[in-house]
Amino acid sequence: MGSGCSGKCGNGRTVNTNSSREIIMNGIFKNNPILIQVLGICSTLAVTNVLKNTVVMGVALIFVCSFSSLIVSLLRKLIPSRVRMMAEILIIATGVILVDIVLKAHLPEVSRQLGPFVGLIITNCIVMGRCEAYALANPPYKAAVDGASNAAGYAIVLIVIAIIRELLGSGSLWGIQIMGDWWINWSIMVMAPGGFFVLAILLWTVKGIFKEKSENG
Amino acid sequence: MDNMILSSFTIFFSAIFTQNVLLTYYLGMCPFLGASREIKTAAGLGTAVTLVMACTTALNWLVYYYVLIPFNLQYLRFIIFIIVIAAFVQIAEIIIERVSDKLYQALGIFLPLITVNCAILGVCLFMVIREYDFVTTCFYGIGSGLGWMLAILAMAGIRQKMVKSKVPGPLAGAGISLIIAGIMAISFMGLAGVIK
Repeated sequence: MGSGCSGKCGNGRTVNTNSSREIIMNGIFKNNPILIQVLGICSTLAVTNVLKNTVVMGVALIFVCSFSSLIVSLLRKLIPSRVRMMAEILIIATGVILVDIVLKAHLPEVSRQLGPFVGLIITNCIVMGRCEAYALANPPYKAAVDGASNAAGYAIVLIVIAIIRELLGSGSLWGIQIMGDWWINWSIMVMAPGGFFVLAILLWTVKGIFKEKSENG
Repeated sequence: MDNMILSSFTIFFSAIFTQNVLLTYYLGMCPFLGASREIKTAAGLGTAVTLVMACTTALNWLVYYYVLIPFNLQYLRFIIFIIVIAAFVQIAEIIIERVSDKLYQALGIFLPLITVNCAILGVCLFMVIREYDFVTTCFYGIGSGLGWMLAILAMAGIRQKMVKSKVPGPLAGAGISLIIAGIMAISFMGLAGVIK
């Protein structure tokens, strides 16, 4: 395992896939960025205490990831390999600026709550990892699908975490009260340690189930 | 004046303990999980992060308030901040290589990784959103760096001891590290009453 979020993060398990369906399944399930590769949790775990913010963040991430994969793939023959990291970062940053402006205009409240975390998508290893590992060597259409499905796999996990944290921590989902009066909020869940624990338990469960399956089959 | 110094110190200490970038905002998780197997590596990486964070937050403050705001280019801050960080890391690498071979051996390999460390960019963005003045920003940058270093050092110490303990198979690796981080976050939160 590498020691940082450099572009090499996503390199390990790139499988040469042909059909879009395979690419999508790979991104979402087989090679899920968080659960299988444990990558890129840095910048987004912080928003998972409220479901609404998480969904917005997930959509933003899917957009940025497929946008930057598409552009990198279109320009792959023009970018000299010495400066490719810098070029990728600039392309990703452009995507993030677009998202930031749109959010500020249409969802000012959510944008204020997300604070710096929209900007931090730039340093998310998943986006950079997909550009580096897939988009640089594949045609635009496939690269965009690959970027979107990896980001979707990532967003789904975040949404699961957010559902657990908001339900247990505030007794509500999407701001609507679900639990009755008898419910006592687990306030630790909406605070930072809750995120660590929920992700750890999720990892544990998924790895446990997968291990059993591979032993049986 | 007294008040300003006092508030700077409060921000400095809260950046280390109660508002630790790693344990409250999850910034810099990848190197935290990847490079915390040995205390020596963790110390090297922690020092490098503290150095870069302290300098780049101050630099980015100057760039933001003296270049971006007068030209009304705030929306470009993501790109500019990243470029400043990348440029600073490159220059720091060259200087360290010239000045001290020993230091380069210890920090050199970590410097390139830091460009994409989310904690650095995160701290720069926080300082803009919270509208700190220059002195406060310097304290905040140094404090956040030290806080990150403290967390990764503690983690490395615990993980070295953990080699001998039995961890359930599927939980080993990242899973157990996350649980330790969670417990660490709780204990850091316990200091909240000390610093307001």
